[in-house]
Amino acid sequence: MEKEWFTISVYSENNVGLLNRISGIFLKRHINIESLNVSKSEIDNVSKFTIVNYVTEETARKVVGQIEKQIEVIKAFYHTDDETIFQESALFKIKSDLLFDERQIQNIIKDSNSQIVTVARDFFVLAKSGRRSEIEEMHDQLKPYGIMQFVRSGRISVSKEKMNISSLLIEEFKEN
Amino acid sequence: METLKAKKVETKKQATIKISGAEAIIHCLVAEGVDLLYGYPGGAIMPVYDELYKFQDKLTHILARHEQGATHAAQGYARVTGKVGVAMATSGPGATNLITGIADAQIDSTPMVCITGQVHRHLLGSDAFQETDIIGISTPVTKWNYQITQASEIPEVLAKAFYIAKSGRPGPVLVDITKNAQMDEFDFSYEKCTGVRSYKPVPEPNIEAIDAAAEIINKAKKPLIVFGQGVILGEAEEELKSLVEKAGIPAAWTILGLSAMDTDHPLNVGMVGMHGNYAPNVLTNECDVLIAIGMRFDDRVTGRLSDYAKQAKIIHFDIDPAEIDKNVKTDVAVLGNSKETLSLVLPKIKENKHETWHNLFKEKYQIELDEIITPQLNPTKEGLTMGEVLNQINIASESKAVIVSDVGQHQMFACRYAKFKQTKSNITSGGLGTMGFALPAAIGAKMGAMDREVVAIIGDGGYQMTIQELGIIFQHKIPVKIVVLNNEHLGMVRQWQELFFDKRYASTVMTNPDFVKIAEGYRIKATRVSKREDLKGAVEEMMASKEPYFLEVRVEQEDNVFPMIPTGASVSEIRLK
Repeated sequence: MEKEWFTISVYSENNVGLLNRISGIFLKRHINIESLNVSKSEIDNVSKFTIVNYVTEETARKVVGQIEKQIEVIKAFYHTDDETIFQESALFKIKSDLLFDERQIQNIIKDSNSQIVTVARDFFVLAKSGRRSEIEEMHDQLKPYGIMQFVRSGRISVSKEKMNISSLLIEEFKEN
Repeated sequence: METLKAKKVETKKQATIKISGAEAIIHCLVAEGVDLLYGYPGGAIMPVYDELYKFQDKLTHILARHEQGATHAAQGYARVTGKVGVAMATSGPGATNLITGIADAQIDSTPMVCITGQVHRHLLGSDAFQETDIIGISTPVTKWNYQITQASEIPEVLAKAFYIAKSGRPGPVLVDITKNAQMDEFDFSYEKCTGVRSYKPVPEPNIEAIDAAAEIINKAKKPLIVFGQGVILGEAEEELKSLVEKAGIPAAWTILGLSAMDTDHPLNVGMVGMHGNYAPNVLTNECDVLIAIGMRFDDRVTGRLSDYAKQAKIIHFDIDPAEIDKNVKTDVAVLGNSKETLSLVLPKIKENKHETWHNLFKEKYQIELDEIITPQLNPTKEGLTMGEVLNQINIASESKAVIVSDVGQHQMFACRYAKFKQTKSNITSGGLGTMGFALPAAIGAKMGAMDREVVAIIGDGGYQMTIQELGIIFQHKIPVKIVVLNNEHLGMVRQWQELFFDKRYASTVMTNPDFVKIAEGYRIKATRVSKREDLKGAVEEMMASKEPYFLEVRVEQEDNVFPMIPTGASVSEIRLK
């Protein structure tokens, strides 16, 4: 079976230690987590983990089975890139002088559809959301001018299919 | 549901009492039906021990000689009773010493609650004396764990701990309680846990899957059942027997499934796996339908996966969805509690005999009987065999004893040759293969079944890993029968060295102490046997004893366990020598 990118989404209680328990499942199988994001979800008091891995579908299925088995996990899913809408965010901190000295910088900002978050005397900060490749491209373009700091977030994603997770969860909650 | 809710309201109305967290822990344990626990005191758990002292009439605490012994004793108790075993330890090294037992309970699905003391809340993370991150350490080997840092959390968390440990696929739960939470007072009231919203312990049986399974079973010409501990945990022994008899299907078992079905039942065809019986292993690759019930296709069972039952349709009954298609791809998965799913499938099963198919098992059994079993049970060579010791125990105990085995050659001999008439009678460390398991587990098993004989079968290697638990037997006069099969080697590793490492016996030869004297040091009656003519009498004397009894049998030093499926070989490539 071919390896591909899978986004694993985990809906869970918001409890101390659960991140450790979930990451341990990847550790046990010697799988590298490519990206991880934890946030609130569409359901009150329910957290959502978004975990990206480059694995076979069989591995993704087994890992999801192990994750779902954890007491505080409500439901877990896996999706291919085609099945989800996803993006990442990045921040670039750049010397303010460059904004005036290097015309090309302004073109990069326009072409990349990024936003200026703040401008200070010494530096300004650009924010860019999009696919990993778009962020990489912008990074490569800015790099020759000097990037003071760079950070990229984990992937966040929603599924394309009309799988009504919230109503499914509400059903489960009603049972208990 | 309504009545449940009504009850809840009633308990809530009960007047709360202001007590310390430590006292609350005792009340929680009593409310969960615990009357016995194993443990070891220390600084961070002292408030609880102080309460244990006050409540001696309600709770018996047995002092282990090492915390690992406490966990195995709790496991032995849980395995023989089906109840939750409880072990307690202090923070730091006390807690880390529990880990082996917890890992064992996790992989063998044993319900256990471990309570550990922890440093004061304000000291957490400061590398305080005897502080260790036991939550972090135990996470991969627990079904659930939780750190309590304030007294008021105690009732709810402990109720949840017992519920999670016992429900669904059982497992170990660790609750770590900071010292301030043990000492602080709060308004106590207790309510049993009946559900956790994110946790579905038992999947609903799917009727379509039940129908599909029944149809395949009814059409099968050469069906084979392989059952595991799921039958015992689900208390589905009767249902299994009915299925086997109605459909006339030969039934084999995994090491942890042993004793779920009478070993002398005509359709019981023995053990599958690495040192299992010849017929069920070879015929796994000839059956047309393989019905797996409450087992998880461990690698020791399947041998080389790519050649495991490829010709057969696979039906997998299990409570844990994560086990389905984990190792072996199934055609029909029947999720649910085994008692419930087997009851649903039974009425749909047509009566059958499968005589020709069954005769194949008899033929293969004859081969194993001639080549292996007879020479093992009625040996002509001088040295004593482990099999003949087991045979004598079967005779003397009328196959009614609980057999607790350790890990290694003697374990394989015990599981191959011990006879059982009653379920929950074979206690052994299956998945983790924990040497040192048997002595403390036998203590727990005996205390859980005082009306039954409990015989621990242990090798000379494993015995010395937890030998200090003789102290419990001595102090509390627990009438466990201890049989050490002494071959002066780490026998199983030595066997592998002989077969696969050109007899390079690296660190497997043991110079042992005088085991009889050690037992006598603990005031335990002890005998040693090294001649065949003395064996029967010694075993009879041991079984007749009302007191704890130690029997050392000096067995052949370089005997091997056969049949054997070498690592990486297929079940059909099982070796008879």
